Amino acid sequence: MNFNRRIYYGRKRRNGFFLSLSAFAALFGLIWLGLILYSLFYNGFNGISPKIFTEMTPPPGQDGGLANAIFGSVVMSFLAVAAGTPIGILAGTYLAEYGRYSWISDVVRFINDILLSAPSILIGLFIYVVVVATTHAFSGWAGAAALTVIVIPVVVRTTENMLLLVPNGLREAAAALGAPRSTIIRAVTWRAARAGIVTGILLAVARISGETAPLLLTVLSNQFWSTNMDGPIASLPVMIFNFAMSPYEDWHKLAWAGALLITMTVLGLSIVARILESSRRS
Amino acid sequence: MADIALNIVSVSETKIAAVKRGGAGDKRFRGMTMLASLLIVLLFAGMMISLTIGALLSIRAFGLDFINTQSWNPVTEKFGALAAIYGTLVTSLMAMILAVPVGIGIAIFLTEICPRSLRRPIGIAIELLAGIPSIVYGIWGLFVFAPYFQQHVQPWIIDAFADIPVLQDLFAGPPYGIGIFTAGFILSIMVLPFISAVTRDVFDTVPATLKESAYAMGCTTWEVVWRVVLPFSRAGVVGGAMLALGRALGETMAVTFVIGNAHHIHTSLFSPGTTISAMIANEFTEAVGDLYHSSLIEAGLILFFISFVVLAAAQLLLRALERRAGGISG
Repeated sequence: MNFNRRIYYGRKRRNGFFLSLSAFAALFGLIWLGLILYSLFYNGFNGISPKIFTEMTPPPGQDGGLANAIFGSVVMSFLAVAAGTPIGILAGTYLAEYGRYSWISDVVRFINDILLSAPSILIGLFIYVVVVATTHAFSGWAGAAALTVIVIPVVVRTTENMLLLVPNGLREAAAALGAPRSTIIRAVTWRAARAGIVTGILLAVARISGETAPLLLTVLSNQFWSTNMDGPIASLPVMIFNFAMSPYEDWHKLAWAGALLITMTVLGLSIVARILESSRRS
Repeated sequence: MADIALNIVSVSETKIAAVKRGGAGDKRFRGMTMLASLLIVLLFAGMMISLTIGALLSIRAFGLDFINTQSWNPVTEKFGALAAIYGTLVTSLMAMILAVPVGIGIAIFLTEICPRSLRRPIGIAIELLAGIPSIVYGIWGLFVFAPYFQQHVQPWIIDAFADIPVLQDLFAGPPYGIGIFTAGFILSIMVLPFISAVTRDVFDTVPATLKESAYAMGCTTWEVVWRVVLPFSRAGVVGGAMLALGRALGETMAVTFVIGNAHHIHTSLFSPGTTISAMIANEFTEAVGDLYHSSLIEAGLILFFISFVVLAAAQLLLRALERRAGGISG
């Protein structure tokens, strides 16, 4: 028998070596996730108290919370989602329903996917040039506009994907009953894809709740409670940035607490989105 | 008889009217969806045009000097973005060198080795890395990673490479903790999930018969991966890596915290530097003067073009792959 022991064991060894390397790669990824979450809890957990939600950001050396920053973030995110979702859903509907095979859709899809991963700081610059520079004011509106530009491509992508999963039989059945195209879409395909579309909206919220760079260039920040969207207002990510970059120990603590808050929100949203998605699949 | 006939006519008339009304609503709805999708193209074009207009002042003032000088002096209003462009490219390159092999390793682990019951949880855990906001990476890098790295790892690396040519220059200088290397390393952790997710998905498209034939010939798992799975999914892996590169190039907050903001090019990776996005984040709101603003916007325009080219290439590769996968299954 032509059995070469050396080659045989060499191959076996190489197999074991590379497979353990890839197991280590997975371990490597998990370790960083663990380390980051651990330091977030270690440094941020003590800072989480009811005061965070009720008191304003303090001057250095004093007690305080993040209420104004949380408020600003929630308002701007809400506006961005409220403006971006209908546009995103409509555009995704065009791509999946009306223009599934047209060249226009190819172009829109291509550009949408690029916008989806485009550096968010460039979106901040864009809104700065278009809104802030022309109105001569950093404002909450400008920040909401920047976040809207981030929301739209996320919603478009998930809406299209989810509508494509709706079986054509459903559309044909509705058409056979004499329903016009727009009725088919609104009453049948949207309804069938509802869970998926909601998933997309959740992902969009998760995506913008941690966005810092675009807000930095369009809203600035505000140390005080402000509901005036025409001027700078506070937001959680920008507050974390300013506080972490400062030399004050108690500001650092608040920054950690804010970071923990944001991370939990984002991870919670993406886990809910995942559960929604898998319940739809099964 | 006449009455009945009249009724039929009137019924059909209301029906026709209803259908016509529906038709008009139909057109309106279609128009709305089309408008929304054109808005996306408009947004993109608007971004390109507005950045170009914003950068005009600086383009006129500096021309090509902007991209091949590294003096960045707000006082004399002399701006050259070479150091930032260098920092952007080097940190992203570092991130790729670290993240591509590890990301592929994770995908191999998830598709070939991992017990089926652990596949989903581990896959989700890795993807959660992508969900952590970049500002959290930044604050973690600044307060946790950089100090540890400075005290326990950097001095050791500097000593170890002190007598080796090339490496002694790349890893030289006082251990600051922050700098190009730290930024590149944190970027690599951030983009890891993008590479592993895309790679895992393309690995899953490899037809089972191909793998089974290789196994039937006596190949080891590694040989199947190396000679069958990887060659089959090469385009997808490259596409995933490009997607991750696009992210790394434009990543702002994580880098801003740990890069040190120095407008100089050093050979040592341990020295502080800057990237285009970090420079904009740090200086834009404090910039005084139109030329300063315009120069930062021009730097942004350069970033826009670099990441556009990378992301477009990634899209084209992944698109082609999707079409092929569709061809196989359909």
